[in-house]
Amino acid sequence: MPELTYREAVRDGLVQAMRADDRVFIMGEDIAEMGGSMGVTQGLLDEFGSERVRNTPISEMAIVGAGIGAAMAGMRPVVEIMYEDFLTLSLEQIVNQAAKHRYMSGGQITVPLTIRTQGGAGWSPGAQHAQQLEAWLVHVPGLKVAYPSTPQDVRGLLWTAIHDDNPVVVFEHRLLYPVKGEVSEELEPIPLGKARVVREGTDVTVIAIGPLVHRALEAAKQAEEEGISVEIVDPRTLQPLDEEALVASVKKTNRAVVAHEAVTRMGFGAEVTAVLQHQAFDYLDAPIERVGAKFTPLAFAPVMEQYVIPHAEDVLAAIKRTVGK
Amino acid sequence: MVLHWSATLTAGAYTPGTLAKVERETTVGEGTLREFLHDMLLIRRFEEKVEERFRAGELPGFLHVAIGQEAVAVGVCRAMEEDDIFASTHRAHGHTLARGSNPRRVMAELYGKVEGVSHGYGGSMHLYDVERGNYGANAVIGGGLPAVTGAGLAFKMRNEPRVAVAFFGDGATNIGTFHESLNLAQLWRTKTVFVCENNHWAESTPGCQHSPVWDDMSKRALAFNMRSTKVDGQDVEAVYAAAREALEYARSGEGPVFLDVLTYRMHGHYIGDPQVYRSKEDREAAAYHDPIPRLRERLGLSDEEFEAFDEEAHRVVDDALEFAKSGTDPKPEDALKNVYA
Repeated sequence: MPELTYREAVRDGLVQAMRADDRVFIMGEDIAEMGGSMGVTQGLLDEFGSERVRNTPISEMAIVGAGIGAAMAGMRPVVEIMYEDFLTLSLEQIVNQAAKHRYMSGGQITVPLTIRTQGGAGWSPGAQHAQQLEAWLVHVPGLKVAYPSTPQDVRGLLWTAIHDDNPVVVFEHRLLYPVKGEVSEELEPIPLGKARVVREGTDVTVIAIGPLVHRALEAAKQAEEEGISVEIVDPRTLQPLDEEALVASVKKTNRAVVAHEAVTRMGFGAEVTAVLQHQAFDYLDAPIERVGAKFTPLAFAPVMEQYVIPHAEDVLAAIKRTVGK
Repeated sequence: MVLHWSATLTAGAYTPGTLAKVERETTVGEGTLREFLHDMLLIRRFEEKVEERFRAGELPGFLHVAIGQEAVAVGVCRAMEEDDIFASTHRAHGHTLARGSNPRRVMAELYGKVEGVSHGYGGSMHLYDVERGNYGANAVIGGGLPAVTGAGLAFKMRNEPRVAVAFFGDGATNIGTFHESLNLAQLWRTKTVFVCENNHWAESTPGCQHSPVWDDMSKRALAFNMRSTKVDGQDVEAVYAAAREALEYARSGEGPVFLDVLTYRMHGHYIGDPQVYRSKEDREAAAYHDPIPRLRERLGLSDEEFEAFDEEAHRVVDDALEFAKSGTDPKPEDALKNVYA
């Protein structure tokens, strides 16, 4: 199987979608000549031209809103919000417009819009370029939300998002862009709402998203050395959520850890925890553990930043608590 | 303090040299003007009936009427081509009716019925009728402007002879979406027409308190180097001519146009608004500029002729009301439909 970096996989997903369908075009800040602040869209301007690879002004409301209008008028736009911290500027358009046109119109309108964004800590960008805000959008009916953790997943989920008739927000993580992974020869679309068992195990299930999938894998290796068998499940899509797969895994292992980089309070893990306690209550042998960032903005100084965000050791500690070690 | 915007209105606030001149070659015949009167009267009687039924406690939610602004709705909507689309505001009854939505279905929506234009999911502030080019009335001020820009972009990219039209009030010119949308539209020369219905009130706040250019909104467009036309919104003929010209310019792909329409809100912000903030003189001034008597005079109609128009409007509205009241209530669980496509 060929290998791609996460960055190359996103690019490949975009390129293939744009080659396959003239209605697909991309808009965002610095995405054309510069190829995006993360280099994801490098080369796309050369292949597709400035009509379909559109540099925008620094106007997050208009970027998302113009995407909504173009989508309503029959296009399949993919808009990029450079940092998910800047999603806050476009939230009115995402929450009140994109998510609600279909509903308010009684089903007359479709908004096939994909919003790509990225973020995350671990490289000292400070408090306004490092947040993880995925849980905010899961809270809004009418939106779909994906947070792929591997090259194969991001390519397949992005393809599906672009072809979905609903607004889909795809979260990417800054530190995952250089990470390599195997991808299928041909692009394999991945359905929204299907979890993936990343690693099989019998003692405890770690439900992780984004970079925490990789940190959970590290933790699982260490746990194995201590005789604990860890299963890791990546929901990949946060809305719709593959509750069945998460519950099935926990019914098997009887213990659960939920892990993400966002702050624990009201994080996505809180929702997963509620789902598990309701649907697998009788199967649980230990309280569900939650791993996330401490409840503070992200500080600049690396020592402080690293103190705040969750690491493999935090996942490992949580795993051990569930098995009483 | 009771406010009175017209006291400080400067006459002829028309920025010379930079604005497009409307050629009156787009003037219409008397037959078409009579149709305009028919539509304006229908909207007026429809909204008066809505006020009456709301006050009687029959209509849920809250409603905003555009009584006094009918010439804008009819002039612009009648100037559109069949495939043109528009987005409206919380004050949307007039635009929707002027574009040809069935009054029965518009009224049914206000009653929350399945037969309504949005099937009971939208209400007065979210009237949609895609078949009639209505891509949604928006209850967030300025909320629809980016989408209209994006739709105009799609028409441009696909080289289609269609235009996307945005209605909004003067109050919307202070929100970020307005500035971001006009900037992007002009930058990319989208097929978009921005219709600013300047009635000089942002809810209860008069123009002079909310904008430094409240008496000349064209200056906003000029800041984006956008073609702009100032028009008397109480003169349906003038609105139609300006809208035709703006639409054809946008349709050609040359770029968007800003229509700076001076109009008057004869009633309150919402039905039941006691308008404690507004002087008697200001309300009288608005009534003085009523576009319907003006058109009647233009057509030289006798009392009998006008009565015939009015009776027809009442008949259509009464029929719409009866239809709406006997409409079908959605099932409660229908609330879970249409969340996703």
